[in-house]
Amino acid sequence: MFAERTQREDIVHFLNACYACTGQREFYENANSQRVSIDFLHQYVLVNYRSVYARSLAVGINHFNQSQIILRLLASGKEAIPKEGALIARALATMPPQRAWKTLRDVRRLGINNRRTRAIVRDYMRGRDAVFDCVKYRNKVKAVACHNHLSLPGEAGRFLFEKRVAVFQTPLFEQVRRAWHSAEAVYELPFTVAEGLAAKHRIPREQFLVKIRPRMTQTEKLRVQKSGEVEIDLGRSPLTKLVLYALSLPELTEEVMAAISRATVRLLRSSPLSLGKVSAVLDNSYSASGTQEKKRRPLGVAWAVDRVLAAASREYRAFWTHPFPGVKPAARGATDLSTPILDALDTAPELLVIVSDAVVNDPPGGGSAVLKYWQSHLDPKGRVSIVHLNPVFSASDYAPRALAEGVPTVGLRDAESLPTALAFARFATGTVTRADLESFLDRRAEEFLATGTEADHVE
Amino acid sequence: MLNDLILAPSQVCGAFRLVPLLRPTFRTDLRLGLSKESGYAVRLPGAVYTSYIPHALVLEWADSSAPVASLGAQLNKVRTQSAVPAGVFHRMAKRQDGRRLRFLPLHLAMEGLLALHFGGPTVQWGYFSREAISRGMSPRVERSVAGWALEGFDEALRVFEIHEGQVGVLVFVADALATAFVTPHPDDYRALHDSLLQDFFGELIWQYAVMYPSLPPCDFPARPESIRTLTDLRAAVELMRQEWAAFGRTASIGLLDVPVTAETVYEAGPFRLERFIGSLNPSDENHIGERIVAPDGSLQYLKTYRLSAAQTRRAYLLKQLADHDWNLESIAKKYNLTTNDVLLQYERNGYGWLFHQHVTDAARAYCRKKS
Repeated sequence: MFAERTQREDIVHFLNACYACTGQREFYENANSQRVSIDFLHQYVLVNYRSVYARSLAVGINHFNQSQIILRLLASGKEAIPKEGALIARALATMPPQRAWKTLRDVRRLGINNRRTRAIVRDYMRGRDAVFDCVKYRNKVKAVACHNHLSLPGEAGRFLFEKRVAVFQTPLFEQVRRAWHSAEAVYELPFTVAEGLAAKHRIPREQFLVKIRPRMTQTEKLRVQKSGEVEIDLGRSPLTKLVLYALSLPELTEEVMAAISRATVRLLRSSPLSLGKVSAVLDNSYSASGTQEKKRRPLGVAWAVDRVLAAASREYRAFWTHPFPGVKPAARGATDLSTPILDALDTAPELLVIVSDAVVNDPPGGGSAVLKYWQSHLDPKGRVSIVHLNPVFSASDYAPRALAEGVPTVGLRDAESLPTALAFARFATGTVTRADLESFLDRRAEEFLATGTEADHVE
Repeated sequence: MLNDLILAPSQVCGAFRLVPLLRPTFRTDLRLGLSKESGYAVRLPGAVYTSYIPHALVLEWADSSAPVASLGAQLNKVRTQSAVPAGVFHRMAKRQDGRRLRFLPLHLAMEGLLALHFGGPTVQWGYFSREAISRGMSPRVERSVAGWALEGFDEALRVFEIHEGQVGVLVFVADALATAFVTPHPDDYRALHDSLLQDFFGELIWQYAVMYPSLPPCDFPARPESIRTLTDLRAAVELMRQEWAAFGRTASIGLLDVPVTAETVYEAGPFRLERFIGSLNPSDENHIGERIVAPDGSLQYLKTYRLSAAQTRRAYLLKQLADHDWNLESIAKKYNLTTNDVLLQYERNGYGWLFHQHVTDAARAYCRKKS
């Protein structure tokens, strides 16, 4: 019985870590301890629960962890389970191409070379527009092709490996070749490729950005917009990114607010969620400001969750730890979770969602004490279901830090994963059996493999 | 000393426990900021005080109750400030143009300690050496450790979440009070929070920071039986908060509830800048520091330094000498010791040079014979 419980907790622990951890620096911990911690978890689960490890590619964990899993699975092909290859291929196909190519390049860095890896790389290449990828991800494709002896279609080999060549027949290759020599031809290329060549031709940045704009992707526009040089089309950004962008603005415009609500509607259309009477406790203390690498991420996640819940519930009320004037939250002050939790419980909700990094210092342990007494003394039957969503991975706990015993804690990196997180929360309490968990994984793996091309997770 | 300040629950990081001090209402006619000056020495009347001084504070006040804008509170990035031109300061506290005073935090207090009975013996007893009589206590030297050298202090300050309305902080290392810092205005505190790294601390504090990598958890559970409604739970949280405040007060009792000897350094309009020194009793915690007191008696600025045991002992011995007119026999009589014991005690604490060589030799020989 204990074995069963240990196994179940191990798996929940691991999946939970995979939702939140990106191996980057967090407010309370540095990047190195994060790496060590997540590396250990991966190795442990790979060795002990290989089938779970492979299927976790299907449950909406973040790309950093997907990439880690793919590499570890490829490196240990002998113990492969059925359908593993299909899961890897599917995961690669759903990842953003730069991430996928980076993962495949790491295959070379780690010295992994076996028949299965070569087949997977070959198939991935077949599924992509080879010419475009050769131009846009040139160095990565080159490294991967070299390491795996890929047979490259058409002129790709010449383009990647030969230095001086005559005219290319392939239009895109030819454009790149011309752009090496002519400043005007630069504007026909994808943005990131053109950026380097523009620097080579010493084109002034403003002039370059104005003319290249039609060739930029949405994410590139968002990235460049931060320096205020390019106007973005607000209509197509995913919610969390849009919210983080809104937080970075000195002042919020009507237009951005409208875009946020449109993004919320889009999110709910692609992954429907309908809730009853919901209250949310959202942490906007100083630690929500994140780090240089993940600037304002915890605050952004809290705000995005707030928007999604507001749109998805029949009745909704939000309680911030520091109520703010206007619409935009700011990360400031100490963390007092007990007062907002009490206020939220006062409204008698069906579901209480808490978004916090679980570090409470005003008073320390206040939040968990309130939840503990609420569950044991005031609501022993569990009329209010409580879910704690934590955007921060804590290296010393090997998991997102928990708020209180009996309250499920789920790691959450972006609001897009909110439906998954709410579904997963029932596993985190420890009331379900391993069989339930297995069937959940099975179902998700089936869906993942079946969906094929539709509805990729947007990043 | 902190009568009108509210102690909020502490925040712990490693060996450090930071207790926020809040004030519901604050004055606007007194502001504190960071001066851009820095230096390595101060000219004092008849002496030069040498120390590396990375920062000075600027005090600005108004005679009427009109609000004053702080000079340094806009400077949010203390840590990133690179090499500042080093120079020689003219005096510890110096009035600048307008209603503005530049002073050197903690150095003001430290100077007070070092200048304790600076003049040397007032009565020429036979056993004092020529050097002691002609040159007094010069040079008196004390060592301390910079804030950034304390293991984990920078991290503790970085992750500390500043409260709204917070005007000060009590810094505990391994639950020993290391320093207390109070500013007149919450904005000033926010701007000067990082400057704690540039202050100096006794070596006891430095050792504590190395020896105790983490603090034991310290929580106050609510009473389980009494909780029947949400209101009870709310009251329990309130109680918890009060217990934390009580804990803060208990832990800082060594600073707050001991009589201090204060000396006015400067009168800035209605405000008094004072430096103070504790009882110097070796069995107590001893803090020296400086403070600014408003006309209504409230504390507007405070910075303290905890003396290490050795420092306290040295200051205590000097004070004993001065209190007894530099007469060793009188001290010996008071504590029921022999003069030789007293003399050797001084020698052991680094004051051997005060006495003639033959006097200390004779004391040592006497001691050997006795044992």
